[in-house]
Amino acid sequence: MNALRPPLLPPETPQAYVRRGLHLALIPLLCLTFGLINVCAAVQADELAPVPTPAIAPVNSAVLPQESPTGFAANSPSVVALAGDDGMARTTALNALIAEPPPGAEPIFHALDQGLLYTQAAPIARLGIADAAGQITDPVTREVLGNRNQAGWQPIAINNAIRIKLRPRMDVLALQSVDAAKWQAASDDLFSARLTPAYLAEIKALMPRMTDATVKTQLQKLVASFELNDSNPQVRMAAIAGVADALDPEIRAKLANLAQNDPDATVKAAAKSTLDAINTRVAAWQFAQNLVFGLSLGSVLLLAAIGLAITFGVMGVINMAHGEMMMIGAYTTWLLQQAMPHHLTAALFLAIPAAFMAAGLIGIAIERGLIRFLYGRPLETLLATFGLSLMLQQAARIIFTPLNRAVELPAFMSNSWVINPVFAITYNRLYILIFSLTVFFALLILLKRSTFGLRIRAVAQNRAMARACGVRSGWIDALTFGLGSGIAGIAGVALAQITNVGPNLGQSYIVDSFMVVVLGGVGNLWGTLVAAMGIGVLNKFLEPYSGAVLAKVVVLVLVILVIQKRPRGLFPQKGRAAEE
Amino acid sequence: MMALSENDTHGLGGERITHLAPNEPDVSHGTILYLEDVTLSFDGFKALNKLNLTLDNGELRCIIGPNGAGKSTLMDVITGRRRPQEGRVFFGQNIDLLKRPEHEIASGMVGRKFQRPTVFEALTIGENIELTLTGSRSPWRMLRARSTALEQARIDDVLTTIGLNQLRHRPAGVLSHGQKQWLEIGMLLAQNPRILLVDEPVAGMTGEEVARTAELLVSLAGSRTVVVVEHDMAFVRKIAKKVTVLHQGSVLAEGSLSAVQANPKVIEVYLGETPCSN
Amino acid sequence: MLLKKLLNHDRGGALVLLAIVLMLIWVSIGNLIIPETSAWHVPTYTVALLGKFLTYALLAVSIDLIWGYAGILSLGHGAFFALGGYGMGMYLMRQIGDRGQYGNPDLPDFMVFLNWHALPWYWQGFEHFWFAALMILLVPGLLAGLFGWLAFRSKVSGVYFAIITQALTYALMLAFFRNEMGFGGNNGLTDFKEILGFSITDNGTRVGLFVASGIALILGYLIARMVVQSRFGRVLVAIRDAEPRARATGYPVAQYKLVVFVISAMLAAVAGALYVPQVGIINPGEFSPLSSIEAVAWVATGGRGSLFGPIIGAFAVNYSKTELTTIAPDLWPFFLGGLFILVTVFLPKGLISLFARFKAKNEPALLPDPLPDAPKVDAQKSKPEASV
Repeated sequence: MNALRPPLLPPETPQAYVRRGLHLALIPLLCLTFGLINVCAAVQADELAPVPTPAIAPVNSAVLPQESPTGFAANSPSVVALAGDDGMARTTALNALIAEPPPGAEPIFHALDQGLLYTQAAPIARLGIADAAGQITDPVTREVLGNRNQAGWQPIAINNAIRIKLRPRMDVLALQSVDAAKWQAASDDLFSARLTPAYLAEIKALMPRMTDATVKTQLQKLVASFELNDSNPQVRMAAIAGVADALDPEIRAKLANLAQNDPDATVKAAAKSTLDAINTRVAAWQFAQNLVFGLSLGSVLLLAAIGLAITFGVMGVINMAHGEMMMIGAYTTWLLQQAMPHHLTAALFLAIPAAFMAAGLIGIAIERGLIRFLYGRPLETLLATFGLSLMLQQAARIIFTPLNRAVELPAFMSNSWVINPVFAITYNRLYILIFSLTVFFALLILLKRSTFGLRIRAVAQNRAMARACGVRSGWIDALTFGLGSGIAGIAGVALAQITNVGPNLGQSYIVDSFMVVVLGGVGNLWGTLVAAMGIGVLNKFLEPYSGAVLAKVVVLVLVILVIQKRPRGLFPQKGRAAEE
Repeated sequence: MMALSENDTHGLGGERITHLAPNEPDVSHGTILYLEDVTLSFDGFKALNKLNLTLDNGELRCIIGPNGAGKSTLMDVITGRRRPQEGRVFFGQNIDLLKRPEHEIASGMVGRKFQRPTVFEALTIGENIELTLTGSRSPWRMLRARSTALEQARIDDVLTTIGLNQLRHRPAGVLSHGQKQWLEIGMLLAQNPRILLVDEPVAGMTGEEVARTAELLVSLAGSRTVVVVEHDMAFVRKIAKKVTVLHQGSVLAEGSLSAVQANPKVIEVYLGETPCSN
Repeated sequence: MLLKKLLNHDRGGALVLLAIVLMLIWVSIGNLIIPETSAWHVPTYTVALLGKFLTYALLAVSIDLIWGYAGILSLGHGAFFALGGYGMGMYLMRQIGDRGQYGNPDLPDFMVFLNWHALPWYWQGFEHFWFAALMILLVPGLLAGLFGWLAFRSKVSGVYFAIITQALTYALMLAFFRNEMGFGGNNGLTDFKEILGFSITDNGTRVGLFVASGIALILGYLIARMVVQSRFGRVLVAIRDAEPRARATGYPVAQYKLVVFVISAMLAAVAGALYVPQVGIINPGEFSPLSSIEAVAWVATGGRGSLFGPIIGAFAVNYSKTELTTIAPDLWPFFLGGLFILVTVFLPKGLISLFARFKAKNEPALLPDPLPDAPKVDAQKSKPEASV
């Protein structure tokens, strides 16, 4: 309170204006810096991404044994059956090939899986693999045999019954190959496949040769989970020990079954204690998941609320059109993406300063054109800005149609970060969490450390004195309001990454954001942070018990109750002036 | 000091007190207000710091002190508007003011005139007085309340005392600053409390009005206890018998005005600080 | 005479009430007696429309009672209106009996659809009109009492109160959207058949409901008038203009606010209860914060702190809405938004201040100038300290 003394304020000189402008530019600059860091991260991520493997592996690769494959040779019995007209015989031949694949089966199975395996019955029964252009080559000799459109070539139809058997076979073949890059994907895939005991023996057999530790552990878990159903109690006991660190729902279900129904008491007890240990860890991870999801929701609330914390908290202006500033930011994002559809990442990072400027300028216009006539009449300000929000929404409806628009996510923001079967978070939410904290701290620094921030606080605390010290309070009001609105615009950019862009986008956040500001304590940015995160986390922890809607209702009621108990919010401004 | 409980029928000396009405203070020891070690801080800043103050029943006390000495906060504590973190506040020997809600303290015990005159501007001057007359404050009674002749007579009385009878049916918003001060004092009279807290009563008044105010306040003392907070030393000299000097939330000195003015500590505080407003 | 006393110094109010009485007579005769072929016939559509406006006007009066006289702006008064409406809706649902699509004599259609087997406890008794009527008053009254007690006790006022009332109605809206609440979820309550034994689509019933709304409005107005004319009303104005002084005078401010808030909530609930049979449906949309703010707009447009201004405002704004949404539906939000801005910036005392400008300078001013929003000392509150 006493920090503000007249001599601290430098006089209003042209240089001071330039400096103030530079300070105002701090936010978009910080955003840009943040953006650049992200671009670098994204580019790096792209480089690290695995190169997609071609559908058909080259036949003469080191994978294959060098001797001539006999199982697929022309006129061999299985090939004759495959090329023949007898459907039953064809299925039997396929099943036999899958159960005991002859050498060199891998590319042929790939082709079969993709529907690119062709047969010719006459003059000799033989197989051929078609490529994308339709050219058919002999899988053994690599000799070009013709084109799939030529008479005599028939594709081998594949149905789901076959495919279910084919998949694990291909996975096992991949694990057996020396190409380590295929192992992880194959191992992941095996987990969701239906395995027969025959595969288990093969997997066990290849285990000693497996050099990738992760894959090896995963396979051990796979085998163990299989052996949970073994008839021998000792095998089951060993298997229970083998899955002790698993979190997968399938294994938990199997363990639960054992813990309930196993005829052997020792196995039953072991299953139960292992399951309990697993469940404890699952609960811990789920707690972490709820926490992170809650913080993610909180970060969205924070973004929506910090702009309000400026206009409402610092200036005391109730801006019901705040949500529409977010809407403007979201539409800016969408428009930029429409303008440069091939550069999604660049469009996103351009959108941050663009949305700040667009919403900020409109904010300044609103302050100069409307709000300044209503200072000292908070309820009237509330109603007038509400009217404005109706008009802005309707304007958006007319300009952009009432349809919801989806903003496409740039590559680095799509997909999830999967840590284990229980814990995963989508990248867009993760980045928004980081982004909102960045904006928060940038704003904090701006208000605390810059001359512009000092002036904002000066006008907020004592308008007359600030004027007497040479602060042009009118312009500070306009710029402060512009700053708050600009941050709402930035919030709109972030919102566009997780929700559809439409005229009602801001409206759905306005009640929540006011609750955050009021709960945190008006005029206290830290309070806003704590309140946003607190509401977000509470919401996510309530959701499993009550469902999403009721959780929201409960949180609203709780906030109302807390405000009754602490009318000035959780972190009120203390001191005499604040209470007068 | 022995613990005091609310409505304790034994006074400080332990002697038997005769039956008292619920909000009637026990002033058998001559003390109407008693503050002990009252501390109230805002965010670390101690507005009141272990303040001790005793008011005799019927006295007229002036409280002076530089800006920020805690004068207004002291009034807030006495009227129940703020609760101190530590200390005790007793009305008479039997009523613990810290346990009473603000509106209960205000009806019959302590009346207050604010530093800035606050009257009900949309209501007429007569209505302003009417609302402050002693009587029930219950919403249900007020829904059915009718003006009685007795009330009208008392309103007349008060308005005559403060000289605003002519303007009775005009809204209070039209009054000048000084007239509002008078109206507020009139409202205090109508409220008829045992203790009157008067914060800067003569700000914005003409010389003649100041003299009349002094006269009024002096005449009120005796039947009531009057506490005046004032910067205007000339005015204080006119009315004061006993003066309390506050400094940094505690009592610095107490006594007659001349004794206080001769007190070296007081001189140091006043000379060391910004000069007094007059 | 009581009426004369209540309307003393209230020429505007007397005129508005007279207009309402004339409208009631004209519309009843015009609809029921004058044949349809005549140019003077009033179509049933108009009866329903005016009936709806009458209930809106009562809602506006209830808001003006707390906003204009006690300075309490509620942005959630639609919640009480909707609760009253749901109370009436529950009675009307029970009157359907086995005439619903599923023909279940005990359960409303939506419950059969949800596979419920018994009526929830809170639906018990709503088959009786007297019970429903009691609940229509009690439930919103209790909610207002509880909410107001919590809020006023801890001195929540001004914009803070406005914001938490908005949160209240928002929370109720979300809750009523849930099917599990047992109030028909998204679709709400509808397909009503009869009220007190009269078919709800009957012309006579419609005129009856219309007249009932008119009488409710007149009575509601007189009750509000009685409140503001009493010494209680003067205390309210005192609280509105100088709350610290009212406290220092010994008034239990929270109790006063609570009493007037509950009275106002009950008036709003009655309005909602009369609204539902006339429009034939009640759904959670009535709880939306937008509806509540719209109602505040009627009050602001008509002129708050006068009680009759809001009646004029409710009719004027809703008539414009009806006309405009048929001619150019896209323009209505611009009109409403523009109205908010124009009224707050240029006409803070509403439409009635225009009439006042034309005539009767000797009438006592309705509100002091400048119009106070809140106690003067609160003006500083709107500029809280920054220490970020």
